[in-house]
Amino acid sequence: MRNWPLWEVFVRSKNGLEHRHFGSLHAADAEMALENARDVYTRRSEGVSIWVVESKHITASNPENSGELFEPAQDKVYRHPTFYTLPDEVKHM
Amino acid sequence: MSEKEIKNLEEIFEQRIARDEKIEPKDWMPEKYRKTHIRQISQHAHSEIVGMLPEGNWITRAPSLRRKVALLAKVQDEAGHGLYLYSACETLGISRDELYDQLHTGKAKYSSIFNYPTITWADIGAIGWLVDGAAIINQVPLCNTSYGPYARAMIRVCKEESFHQRQGYEIIMTLAKGTPEQKEMAQDALNRWWWPSLMMLGPTDAESVHTAQSMKWKLKRKTNDELRQQFIDQTVPQADLIGLTIPDPDLKWNEETGHYDFGEIDWDEFWQVVKGHGPCNKERMSARVNAWEEGEWVRDAAMAYAKKQEGKKLKKAI
Amino acid sequence: MKNENLIQYIYGIADNVLILGQRLSELCGHGPNLETDIACTNIALDLLGQTRSYYQYAAQLSGEGKTEDDIAFLRNERQYKNVLLVEQPNRHFGYVITRQFLFDAFHLLLLEELQNSKDDTLVAIAKKGIKEVSYHQRFSSDWIKRLGDGTQESHKKVQEALDDLWRFTNELFLMTEDDKIALENGVGVNVLTLQEKYNQRIKEVLDEATLTIPETKYFQKGGKQGIHSEHMGYLLSDLQYMQRTYPNMKW
Repeated sequence: MRNWPLWEVFVRSKNGLEHRHFGSLHAADAEMALENARDVYTRRSEGVSIWVVESKHITASNPENSGELFEPAQDKVYRHPTFYTLPDEVKHM
Repeated sequence: MSEKEIKNLEEIFEQRIARDEKIEPKDWMPEKYRKTHIRQISQHAHSEIVGMLPEGNWITRAPSLRRKVALLAKVQDEAGHGLYLYSACETLGISRDELYDQLHTGKAKYSSIFNYPTITWADIGAIGWLVDGAAIINQVPLCNTSYGPYARAMIRVCKEESFHQRQGYEIIMTLAKGTPEQKEMAQDALNRWWWPSLMMLGPTDAESVHTAQSMKWKLKRKTNDELRQQFIDQTVPQADLIGLTIPDPDLKWNEETGHYDFGEIDWDEFWQVVKGHGPCNKERMSARVNAWEEGEWVRDAAMAYAKKQEGKKLKKAI
Repeated sequence: MKNENLIQYIYGIADNVLILGQRLSELCGHGPNLETDIACTNIALDLLGQTRSYYQYAAQLSGEGKTEDDIAFLRNERQYKNVLLVEQPNRHFGYVITRQFLFDAFHLLLLEELQNSKDDTLVAIAKKGIKEVSYHQRFSSDWIKRLGDGTQESHKKVQEALDDLWRFTNELFLMTEDDKIALENGVGVNVLTLQEKYNQRIKEVLDEATLTIPETKYFQKGGKQGIHSEHMGYLLSDLQYMQRTYPNMKW
């Protein structure tokens, strides 16, 4: 029989923080993936909320395309506040 | 890809590692890098889950409730560590089942130390103190290794590992301070676990085949002999403190080097155990294989159930 | 209520949790896969944690410098008051889950009632325990469904376990003398009143799991009186080994 599929686990460590990728595990269904995630990744009170998603549903960018995807953003310095000069008298803006 | 192109990619790859950049799963990597990592990470994962057995052996017999829950939690952590490491390994394009298969057929190795028997309660203390102590020395540098998923798994492992060694030392210390019978039990455990623990840090540098390459890929930061010396230097005072004697007549502080000199390690014994002829190799493997085979119907049932539920959901939706 | 009766009443609850925790902990390292192994160990840890709270309380009540470990490890077999169900061995994973499922449903109902006890310590233990046991029940119910409605083989195996273990369930609802005294004093739970809800809950899940409760005419009992099955002696030889072999030592 087919083996239990792989799931990715995201945990919110406390309210106010975003869910963060914690790791992965195997489970036969979503319910079990949640339970397993609770048992594997929150044994030391690491979380208050869990998301699980079957790994195959994640679409990832390909590092080979990193150039075209991410490098064009690098020279758009005008998107950053430090690009603009202000008189010294204006301390915070 | 032409040979020249590959060569070029390899060069860029090595430069990235030299710059302390992390390699992530979908990044291009030399085949040798992938294979070496699968070998090392899975060997590490196997060691965690085989390592559950000698200690698990004492869960039902732990001498107090406090010791029982602590041991149970520790052995459970090892399952967790195995799981983190298998997951890291799976990002390299191999499934956990394939990795299990390699373990069960004897193709993959695991740490030889777990082929020694735990015959008294003091062994549980000795394993925590010495074996986990040696493991931590091996593992801490890996939190900074070049392969991202492995480094992240190791950070989690090291964080959780810190209670293990303390637990072991506390057990041994309690025995060493206890009745003469208990002290004898502690000393006996130290006598039996000392040398295998030293062997755990791997063959001498002269014999070690992987060191140079592993250093480059940051799978290793120090050589086996350096790690061993570090382990000895750190452990001898801990034994002194609780009045136990390291079973090595040649052990002596060397003012000049600032390290302990120590006696000859019996490498014949090491290779014998590595090759499968240790006291418990057979038992460990059959315990793993049995658990896996006896669990098959359970895993199958869960998959079949999930499929049926999925079908029901679809029907409802229509 | 006399301390001695209260202590016995506590044993009646706590011994179940200790013995089931001990059984589950045998599984650690031998589960059907890593995830399930870790999950079962979590349940064992919850149960042993509860055991310690009960025994610490009982030790304090009995005075005489007794400790939780004296209670856990140094009684004779006849002095353990756990039901027969929890001492049944882990024949296969179907047994582990069925035993857990049959106990969890009872355990949760018991703790929900124990929250109304006049005894503050028991109330506190119950309140904490309810959260843990709710999860146990969820876990074991989910697995009963997976095994029952999974493959033909799993269905057969878990039905076999149910057929075998069902005869131990009636004992959960028998009132001992100490139970009666505790009830009269507003401390204990009337377990008789839990059986209907229990059966309902069990049936709900079993129906979904396509499993059937066996027609049992003869139920087994004795554990609550300290008359155990033959399995118990072996379980205790493991549990008590260190304390019996090396008496009066600190670990």
